[in-house]
Amino acid sequence: KENCRPDGRELGEFRTTTVNIGSIATADGSALVKLGNTTVICGIKAEFAEPPAESTNKGYIVPNVDLPPLCSSRFRSGPPGEEAQATSQFIADVIENSEIIMKEDLCIANGKLAWVLYCDFICLDYDGNILDACTFALLAALKNVQLPKVTINEETGLAEVDLKQTNPLNIRKHPVATSFAVFDDTILIVDPTAEEEDLATGTVTIVMDEEGRLCSVHKPGGSGLTAAKLQDCITRAVTRHTEVKKLIDKVIKSIKPK
Amino acid sequence: MGRGRAPRFPCLGGGRVLPRSSLPAGDTSVLAGLYGPAEVKVSKEMYDKATVEVLLRPKVGLPGVFEKNREQLIRKTCEAVLLGALHPRTSITIVLQVVSDAGSLLACCLNAACMGLMDAGLPMKSLFCGVTCALDATGAIGLDPTAKQEKEARAVLTFAISSVERQVLLSTTKGPCSVEEEQLGLWGGQARYRRRVRQETGGGRVPWRQGEGNPWGMGVPS
Repeated sequence: KENCRPDGRELGEFRTTTVNIGSIATADGSALVKLGNTTVICGIKAEFAEPPAESTNKGYIVPNVDLPPLCSSRFRSGPPGEEAQATSQFIADVIENSEIIMKEDLCIANGKLAWVLYCDFICLDYDGNILDACTFALLAALKNVQLPKVTINEETGLAEVDLKQTNPLNIRKHPVATSFAVFDDTILIVDPTAEEEDLATGTVTIVMDEEGRLCSVHKPGGSGLTAAKLQDCITRAVTRHTEVKKLIDKVIKSIKPK
Repeated sequence: MGRGRAPRFPCLGGGRVLPRSSLPAGDTSVLAGLYGPAEVKVSKEMYDKATVEVLLRPKVGLPGVFEKNREQLIRKTCEAVLLGALHPRTSITIVLQVVSDAGSLLACCLNAACMGLMDAGLPMKSLFCGVTCALDATGAIGLDPTAKQEKEARAVLTFAISSVERQVLLSTTKGPCSVEEEQLGLWGGQARYRRRVRQETGGGRVPWRQGEGNPWGMGVPS
């Protein structure tokens, strides 16, 4: 009512976002993202595989989100719960819809060898807005990935990996997710904490890329929104995208001199 | 907006008549079975409202992460319209079996779920209807696309539109689209919703009785 939230933020204000790239030395690419208290770490490993039969010039990107009991008491140990599976599917959709990486770029030898990028997200602290954090972590980690050069030895037919020569991935688009919590069809707040998410009657997540294209409007049920309210969300998402892009560029620049 | 309703039956633990939702173009068919309000496991019990569970079974194979995602979407949509507070500490289970898939599957599942909820006589604050829009390469919008149109489309948008002020309950998009195209798709979906409601409530409603197993055809003439 006073346009203020329990943690002192305004309705349209995001929590402090921090990102740390390249923290996992054993992974081919990694990123740690903190949105307030919500912490997600993403590690990317690249391995070999045969390309799929129906598209022999494509590689694979396999995202997997893990919400362990470590991050919040609402999750139990055992097989992935519904929220983890839904988040994994969401990230898979973001990768496909936004064309952040063309799977053709992951092909080494047509029909014989291609890269598989296993993107593993582990939530270390769950304080709401896991979708935004995971999308940001994905983007940052993919920018950090260095793939070694691979040549196929013609005599033996085996692949030879040259670890000294590495190339970064070709990131075509930069999707950024913005999540909103809906209260009673009227009030929209940006970047909900876990407490706000529990009380909300619905959530909306909008993924936009730098050209102003909508990669995804993800509204899994919850109270209804008029088209005008959705439009407001989209406008806010556009401004958020510029903020995030600036942050990521700053971080990438800071690790460049290596 | 008048709202036709199937005769109400008291809900017991057993399954009611299975409503089937089919779209005319190529027969996408989903069978919905509804059970509830029934007893719930103590671990899943919610003290102030009903626990809604959705199980989506694909036509072939075991359900995977993709189905789990769909289940969550449908569950959250149903939770939003169901007056769960009237049945605390109970469970309402919706089982959706895909009989045939010729495009627009999620919208068909949503329609089947809504019909099922209505048929079981569960108290709801509004009805909803699922609509799929496909944007092709030229930017033209087609509603209720077939599987072939979906594949060739640049983007496929699915909405669940509620009867209250035609608000958007659910929105998922597959493939990138511009903001204007999304608005157009939403408007198209709302227009299709109006037609569908008229179809349900107006003339030509198939009379049926409990126990007959009469499939509820909900076709929309194109």
